[in-house]
Amino acid sequence: MSKVIGAPADTEAVIGLEVHVELLTASKMFCGCRNAFGAPPNTLVCPVCLGMPGSLPVANAKAVEYLCKAGMALGCTIAEYSKFDRKNYFYPDMPKNYQISQYDMPLTTGGSVTLPSGKRVNLTRIHLEEDTGKNVHAGESIARSAYTLVDYNRAGVPLMEIVSEPEISSAREAEEYLAELKAVMSYIGVSDVKMHEGSLRCDANVSIRPAGARELGTKVEIKNLNSFRSVGRAIEYEIERMRACVREGERIVQETRGWDEGSGTTHSMRSKELAHDYRYFPDPDLVPLELGRALLSRWRTELPELPAAKRTRYVRDFGLSEYDAGVLTSERSDADFFEAVAAASGNPKQAANWMMGDVRKVLDRAEMTLASARGRPEQVAALITLVANGTISGKAAKEVIESVMIDGRQPADVVAERGLAQTSDAGAVAAFVDQALHANADSVASYKAGKEKAFEFLVGQVMKLSRGKANVEMVRGLLKERLG
Amino acid sequence: MPEVPIDIAHVAKLARLPLSAEEAERFSSQFGRLFEFIRELQALDVEHVHPTAQVIPLHNVLRTDEVRPCLDHEAAIQNAPATEGPYFKMPRILE
Amino acid sequence: MTMNTGHEIREAIARGEVSAVEATETALAAIAATERRLQAYLQVTPERALARAKEIDAAIARGQDLGLLAGVPVAVKDLFCTQGVRTTAGSKILENFVPPYSATVVRRLEAQGAIIVGKTNMDEFAMGSSCENSAFKATRNPWSTEDVPGGSSGGSAATVGARCVPIALGTDTGGSIREPASFCGVVGVKPTYGRVSRYGIVAFASSLDQAGPMTVDVRDSADALEAIAGFDPMDSTSANVDVPHYAAQLRNDLKGIRVGIVSEFEESIAPDAAMHALYKRAYEDLRALGAELVDVSLPHSKYGLATYYLIAPAEASSNLARYDGARYGLRVDGPDVFSMFDETRAAGFGPEVKRRIILGTYALSSGYYDAYYVRAQKVRTLMKKDFDEAFARCDVIACPAVSCPPFQLGAKSQDPVAMYLMDFFTIPMSLAGVPAMSVPAGYVDDLPVGLQLVAPAFEEGRMFGVAHAYEQATRHAWARTPIVYAGDGHAA
Ligand SMILES: [Zn+2]
Repeated sequence: MSKVIGAPADTEAVIGLEVHVELLTASKMFCGCRNAFGAPPNTLVCPVCLGMPGSLPVANAKAVEYLCKAGMALGCTIAEYSKFDRKNYFYPDMPKNYQISQYDMPLTTGGSVTLPSGKRVNLTRIHLEEDTGKNVHAGESIARSAYTLVDYNRAGVPLMEIVSEPEISSAREAEEYLAELKAVMSYIGVSDVKMHEGSLRCDANVSIRPAGARELGTKVEIKNLNSFRSVGRAIEYEIERMRACVREGERIVQETRGWDEGSGTTHSMRSKELAHDYRYFPDPDLVPLELGRALLSRWRTELPELPAAKRTRYVRDFGLSEYDAGVLTSERSDADFFEAVAAASGNPKQAANWMMGDVRKVLDRAEMTLASARGRPEQVAALITLVANGTISGKAAKEVIESVMIDGRQPADVVAERGLAQTSDAGAVAAFVDQALHANADSVASYKAGKEKAFEFLVGQVMKLSRGKANVEMVRGLLKERLG
Repeated sequence: MPEVPIDIAHVAKLARLPLSAEEAERFSSQFGRLFEFIRELQALDVEHVHPTAQVIPLHNVLRTDEVRPCLDHEAAIQNAPATEGPYFKMPRILE
Repeated sequence: MTMNTGHEIREAIARGEVSAVEATETALAAIAATERRLQAYLQVTPERALARAKEIDAAIARGQDLGLLAGVPVAVKDLFCTQGVRTTAGSKILENFVPPYSATVVRRLEAQGAIIVGKTNMDEFAMGSSCENSAFKATRNPWSTEDVPGGSSGGSAATVGARCVPIALGTDTGGSIREPASFCGVVGVKPTYGRVSRYGIVAFASSLDQAGPMTVDVRDSADALEAIAGFDPMDSTSANVDVPHYAAQLRNDLKGIRVGIVSEFEESIAPDAAMHALYKRAYEDLRALGAELVDVSLPHSKYGLATYYLIAPAEASSNLARYDGARYGLRVDGPDVFSMFDETRAAGFGPEVKRRIILGTYALSSGYYDAYYVRAQKVRTLMKKDFDEAFARCDVIACPAVSCPPFQLGAKSQDPVAMYLMDFFTIPMSLAGVPAMSVPAGYVDDLPVGLQLVAPAFEEGRMFGVAHAYEQATRHAWARTPIVYAGDGHAA
């Protein structure tokens, strides 16, 4: 196959992500207002976060700690000396018309995110800043509304901005990168990373270049990405749009483009009339941060086991597949639940099967999560043990799990109530076996003629006669003996 | 008149402070004298001097993450030139 | 009708000779008698003051401990937020702003029993040296009503100079307490940067702004500073350094004190024979009290003006960005939000504020930041060092507070740089963050002139000690009566 210069097959995408994560502190970044989502408009505000005259910021220690812990979890270097700067620009959702952020001395630099493929995406920096308020537009869009309404509840919420190097090469990698970041953040408990509530937001810088080229192409920044899926779709769309531009011999313009979820397209956001000149300078209302080794090492010891380490351990110690380990570790609370089941049952493999299989299924059906379900790990473990010691069949266990998870019942109680315990009484099982052999002479003949399938049919008949209670292993043994 | 390096029209846009032609011209000539002083600064050798952003040697001034009472909603919006319901109201945003 | 000092009022109240209500009524009457000619206030709050005075009297009757300023009438510059009382910063853009909170220093004054009688006039956003940049009115000098009171804390200086109240609060960014104190013949103190909380003080230049007292005598400044100083968890730049009982550090002689005389400043003042003679006399008075005079040098002080007029406007340009008509203050509507911002700011700010916003925005803008702002910060480091070296040779510095006595209204209002030069002797201390004060040093052309005293950071007590010895020995503030009373029917 011959290749044409500039043809799509010859280009590669270069993607960098800027991810904003709201930190899960009790109070805001620079004032004592409660940091919460969904309160009535303009009720979580004070002179500081409304930017009233004379008000002053005081930095939240927890936000600094959370950012440093996030940095540690991602292998970043924590700065010995860091400071806050003002980023000056006018916008109605910004009470002071400047944002307190960090410019040339961010709290962390370096670090990386490892994708499932093993590829490492390097980080440029993570810095701490304050969130803006929210513009609520009367009417369907900004441009068509007659006026703007502003709610400043979100103004001043602590925000960390995680900037990646332009090392992501596909929409899929971008989604994987976000998933991993999300997992790490939720593990260390610094954010609830809910994209739909805006506690994780993402802008993507996308460019394309001839495959193997070293220079970066003209970059386009895509904003308004509200879900993992929209990040992926928008990047895919944008790469295709750029390739089409190249094919048509058009120039790619450096610009900001907005993603429109409905139409699945990006559109040029009219470049602001002013060239960006944020006039960063050190915020004279705040003093520098010099955190010191003692504090940083204490924070380091407080970090929990991270998803990557957990995955490795599950594969190594529990003999799980990479895939299963990945599924089980995507949320820390789920992983904790799984580990509790594994420990209590002494059977990690069965615990994994249950957690990914029937437990998940009944929860999904009930639209519940492990956190909201009433069943606890000890109960799931008890159920696994009932199967393992032959008290009930695996099939019967599947009937029990719903009551256990949704209603929080003890498995033994459900088994007793519904009479699901297996019969291991030799005499009773033998009676069922004999009855089945007698009623199915044809199958006995087929089996004896070499049709192995007939054996399973006979097992089924015995189980049916016993209404599932006969111990299946015992049934098999007796059948083999009789048909011997 | 001494040379003034300021592009006043551009800076006024950055500052969101439109000036009349008369104001711009007056400021420009007034800055002229000030820049005579400022230029003396340019002559000073400060290459190895550390900049002072803060005269007090403080660092790590942090508050514990405790929720404090917010303003009453009424107090928060009482000074607003315009409101609608619980919101601050202002003209539309033209991107 | 001459108001006593704050400590005299408090002592009289303690002895039961006068009530807080009476003291407040006296102050309000003095204000009423002079205000037409002085124009010192943007707002007088008699009901609030009398209600507060009644509470103080009731508390005293219940046997509660008297605060440091119990029953003392105090005026505050309209830059301090006062809960429920309009706070304008002398600007049209905040003409109708009623803060839902009070500045920490206002709360501290009130906690010590002070009675706030009103909000004083000032240059808009504290930018100016004559009070003529107020959006509302021009305050007059109590010693000559054709003259300016100085600025930006001109209203506070004038009302204390006219003996209407014993204590007023001002703020000083490059000289805004010391210059008007000199012009109005009062004591004015700019504390160490970080000594006094800035919370609730409408910001001009955050790394320089400090609040301080303006009083008739040094003792009142000592007491008022003790009341307002100290760490505030609401201000990250307030220092966690203990506040001494300054009154205990007041001295009556200067034995063992080395007073530094700044050679560069002496050169600057020398051409003006009258001013030069006044300061020479002041230094001799210090020597006569037992001080040893030593020459010190502040070699970078000549760069003060340029440094200050890059740093302060830069910070101001950012601090004043919030005045956009969206959340409070003036709004001039436009077809979209950004034109509303533009129209509001164009209409709401006066010329001096606009000038500084333009200058400061420029100093921070891309391509110029290093050449101007960062360079100015580096020179600031050198100026701080100058003071460190000077204070290795002396305990306090004595120098001019101003280069001239008060000037006529309008004399400099068309020449901003001439106005900026008014702060020549006060800017270096602001940039270095060290405490400095102006104390009455006599009269030139029958108008008051102040002596500036400067101490190392957090050594306000030492500074007060020297100022007190000088004041008690010279008694310049009591040598004459402010002209504002002459020919006024209400004068006593
Ligand atoms: Zn707040």
